[in-house]
Amino acid sequence: MYCDECQKKPAAVHLTKIINGEKSEVHLCEDCAQAQHKEWTLGIDANFPLNKFLAGLLGYDPQATGASMNLTFTPPEKCESCGFNYNQMSQIGRFGCNRCYKHFKDKVGPLLRRVQGSNRHTGKVPQRTGGTIRLEREIQSLRLALQEHVVREEFEEAAKVRDQIREIEKKLGR
Amino acid sequence: MFEKFFSQASSKWMEGTGEEADIVISSRVRLARNISAIPFPHLLQTTEAKKVVAMIYEALQSLQSNEQVKDLTPVYLQDLQPIERSILVDKHLISPQHAEEAGGRGLLISQDEDISILINEEDHLRIQCLYSGLELEKVWNEASQVDDLFESVLDFAFDEKLGYLTACPTNVGTGLRASVMMHLPALVMTNQATRVLASLSQLGMTVRGLYGEGTEATGNLFQISNQVTLGRSEEEIISSLLVVAKQLIDQERMARHVLLKETKNQLEDQVCRAYGALTHARVMSSQESMSLLSKVRLGIDVGIIKTASLQTMNEMLVLTRPAFLQKMKGKELSPFERDVQRATMIREKLLDKIEK
Ligand SMILES: [Zn+2]
Ligand SMILES: [Zn+2]
Repeated sequence: MYCDECQKKPAAVHLTKIINGEKSEVHLCEDCAQAQHKEWTLGIDANFPLNKFLAGLLGYDPQATGASMNLTFTPPEKCESCGFNYNQMSQIGRFGCNRCYKHFKDKVGPLLRRVQGSNRHTGKVPQRTGGTIRLEREIQSLRLALQEHVVREEFEEAAKVRDQIREIEKKLGR
Repeated sequence: MFEKFFSQASSKWMEGTGEEADIVISSRVRLARNISAIPFPHLLQTTEAKKVVAMIYEALQSLQSNEQVKDLTPVYLQDLQPIERSILVDKHLISPQHAEEAGGRGLLISQDEDISILINEEDHLRIQCLYSGLELEKVWNEASQVDDLFESVLDFAFDEKLGYLTACPTNVGTGLRASVMMHLPALVMTNQATRVLASLSQLGMTVRGLYGEGTEATGNLFQISNQVTLGRSEEEIISSLLVVAKQLIDQERMARHVLLKETKNQLEDQVCRAYGALTHARVMSSQESMSLLSKVRLGIDVGIIKTASLQTMNEMLVLTRPAFLQKMKGKELSPFERDVQRATMIREKLLDKIEK
């Protein structure tokens, strides 16, 4: 994603402006954010270090309303596994390790909704490490199949599918 | 053992076979996978990165009994000459990024070059499968099976809610980027390409001009791929790209039909002039060759040219690139020398086909 202002550099600051109840999203690079910072009438000390200011922007809470601009401050927290912090992440657009997704869980949701339009995987599940989700999905599709057999009065088939469901439920410890 | 990867333009995707191969040059699927609990490649020192490469080579060893991955050849990118890495980029087997920073990076490549696995590019593994023609379902199935095999011996980073976890959040979920390379000369000639292709972004597709600067596609070649990797299943992503590709094929065919009907003489003239230049020119820039080859390719598709094959045209996409020309000559060439070598190569390739 590129900066809304200069269209040249990658956006490093993402914020939600709420003006007269109208919500709009702004994405800026660090330079443009700094330039705009001077124009903004924020209740923040003018000498406030920019990087902390950015960190605050990155921790914005889109749900809050009221203020003309909403800022919440969170110190740059580090991923315990790889030492990467969320500022670095937003600068280079990459996470440090797979555990970053857990460590920055609160920010990952809104981020993914913005770049992907969704925050829930509905695709392939790995066979070995996919955990119970694979079995859950299998049960779901078997239940659909069962319904169809019942509708078509294919009771022998339905019974088979029902047994398959029971088998999987046993594996899931139900 | 892997010399042929750099001396021949014989990847499976160049065969000119498969569905709709006159318009769709190739179909590709790429799956991004990472090994759990190891930092993503951009945080790894070269020594750590090499351990990841070794780990994946070892995984391959343990899968050797398996037909599908048996012929994968491991390559350390830093063992290759820069020119050889460029050839792999031109053949679409690795990314430019992978070629540039070779330290601690690896590659597994199949004999007919339809499977390549990039190690330590942006993610630990990028499983890529590439076929000729519109064969998205086949490439997806093949890539998915290779994925399953590696998953049976490696712990992939997977989250029940978010799916496969990747270095960049734009790949998370399925980790799937599916793409088709399409040749759309008639849409360009009839000034429809920009409008048609721009509308694809609303359908969640990204369009990129190939072999050209920026968005300009010199050879009328466009790559269309899915934008989003999360919230849709792989089958949904594949089938929506398939629908889009088929619509583009229809529009391109319609435009060709109109050109043939309304401006047959002009079209024949353009195609035959292009063919004449390619078979007789002595100096040929990359850009000029791409534009002429596109016209001849169109000429083959609509039956104006009968002495050249789609396969030759596909191979030429790679053979005309600077890296291949220099590899064939066995030395570094100045831009002018390359233009001479390019003209010679094209001439020989096309005239050779006639004599046979
Ligand atoms: Zn900017
Ligand atoms: Zn981390």
